[in-house]
Amino acid sequence: MKSDLRSYLKEIIGGSISLLTGMWITLRQSFRKPVTVSYPYRTLKLPERFRGHIELKADEQGWAKCVVCMACQKACPSFCIKVNGYKPAGMPRKVATIYILDFTTCSLCGLCVESCRFDALMFSREYNLASFRKEDYVMDMLERLRRRRICRP
Amino acid sequence: MSIDDQSIHAETFILNLGPQHPATHGVLRIKLTMDGEYIVDAEPVIGYGHRMHEKMGENRSYAKFLPNASRMDYVGALLNTHCHVAAVERLAGITVPERAEFIRVITAELNRVSSHLLWMGAFLVDLGAFTPLLYTFDDREDILDLLESITGSRLTYCYYRFGGVCNDIDDDFIAGTRSFIERMRSRMPMYHSLVTENIIFRKRCEGIGGVPAETCRRYGATGPVLRGSGVCYDVRRNEPYSVYPLFDFSVPVYPEGDCMARYRVRMDEIVESLRIVEQALERIPAGPVMAEKVPLILKPARGECYFNVEAARGSFGMRIVSDGLDAPYRLKVRSPCFSNFSLFRECVRGTLLADALAFLGSLDLVIPEIDR
Ligand code: SF4
Ligand code: SF4
Repeated sequence: MKSDLRSYLKEIIGGSISLLTGMWITLRQSFRKPVTVSYPYRTLKLPERFRGHIELKADEQGWAKCVVCMACQKACPSFCIKVNGYKPAGMPRKVATIYILDFTTCSLCGLCVESCRFDALMFSREYNLASFRKEDYVMDMLERLRRRRICRP
Repeated sequence: MSIDDQSIHAETFILNLGPQHPATHGVLRIKLTMDGEYIVDAEPVIGYGHRMHEKMGENRSYAKFLPNASRMDYVGALLNTHCHVAAVERLAGITVPERAEFIRVITAELNRVSSHLLWMGAFLVDLGAFTPLLYTFDDREDILDLLESITGSRLTYCYYRFGGVCNDIDDDFIAGTRSFIERMRSRMPMYHSLVTENIIFRKRCEGIGGVPAETCRRYGATGPVLRGSGVCYDVRRNEPYSVYPLFDFSVPVYPEGDCMARYRVRMDEIVESLRIVEQALERIPAGPVMAEKVPLILKPARGECYFNVEAARGSFGMRIVSDGLDAPYRLKVRSPCFSNFSLFRECVRGTLLADALAFLGSLDLVIPEIDR
């Protein structure tokens, strides 16, 4: 009987101490600097290897480096790349006329970028991509390149 | 049927837990037959998140399945992809450079720590404690930042390739991981006094959700569930793969079989994983991270192989059968959550509803991995 009472009291006291310890830890935390940043006023630096959607690279003359070898289209597990092009007279290589990325099904696996032997693809660093319309995610990569004003019209 | 039986039956009622319920951590429905607050029967209804991953594996080339593996158990994605690439490498006879194996072990163990931290936060939310979630997510954030800096993504990594990994790790990553290990170690006492010692937590976990070792055996439960029932089985130790035999780590085992034992196993595993990462960083050799001459389109010879790894939730295995073409003839996944969850129905009979939720949480289920 007595030992029952003793263990009961011990539990109450030990339990209360454990609760107070927890509260003390929480209280101390309240005076620390917050670990979050208030997005969108402040943003974090993206790491070097951040994988956004893919993007075409341009050569010095402003042409897309892509030679339409189709390797990326074949490597993509989600069939989200459509490439086509032709070989203009006087050019040593083919140039892309269509490069469409369907970002709705892209899994950001990076297989396309790795499969490109001509260093024509890279990951963009864009992550603010919210939209209500599905069509906004079917992206014309050549158009984007043109808008970056480095591609010839 | 006697009158007594009838009156008992008249008093039971069906309670739907899920498919959308915060405690099921995904789309899982449990049809509970209740007698007041006590559970008479619990019938799990799974399959809401079925995405045919196995079938998808069979109609695409080996490399195209790489992103899929990380989408089954997205909380411990690197561990799944490790299983996939290792299975294919065994099938195709590819040898992986040692540095790549070290990188795989480092990243996979970091992923295990992040998975356990996420589990801990979510489990405590199930029990009604919200604060620890914020602490665990703070620590987990560090791991995600580290992994993002080398893999490029934060959750569903696609980093391992057949024959190695796609990017080498850099000095920043090594320094960052070292400082994370320090930080995590210093946080453990805080977790123990905040959570483990907490009287409410202990009352809700000790002696609750008991799973005997025999039941685990019958259902094939693995991972922390099995080790929390006193069986010392860890794939990393019992069927060593990769470079795990080189490291000195212990396998935490607790014999009680209750929620508390499973909690303690995971907490100890965090410490052990940190030890492995530390040793791996110490001993990582220089060299290439990708095997040479891995064909672009893999066509393994006819044959089959099974490979399993110790994922965060138990033994995750893949059987791949090749008929010599560029896509597997059959790809079968053995997911630990499915087996771990199977014993729920038997063990939960006769317990209180609130205890059943604690039990469910302590199993650490990732529903998309059950459904695949
Ligand atoms: S792999 Fe590179 S060069 Fe070939 S089509 Fe794709 S982007 Fe163009
Ligand atoms: S990242 Fe993967 S899914 Fe996305 S376009 Fe490239 S290959 Fe396709």
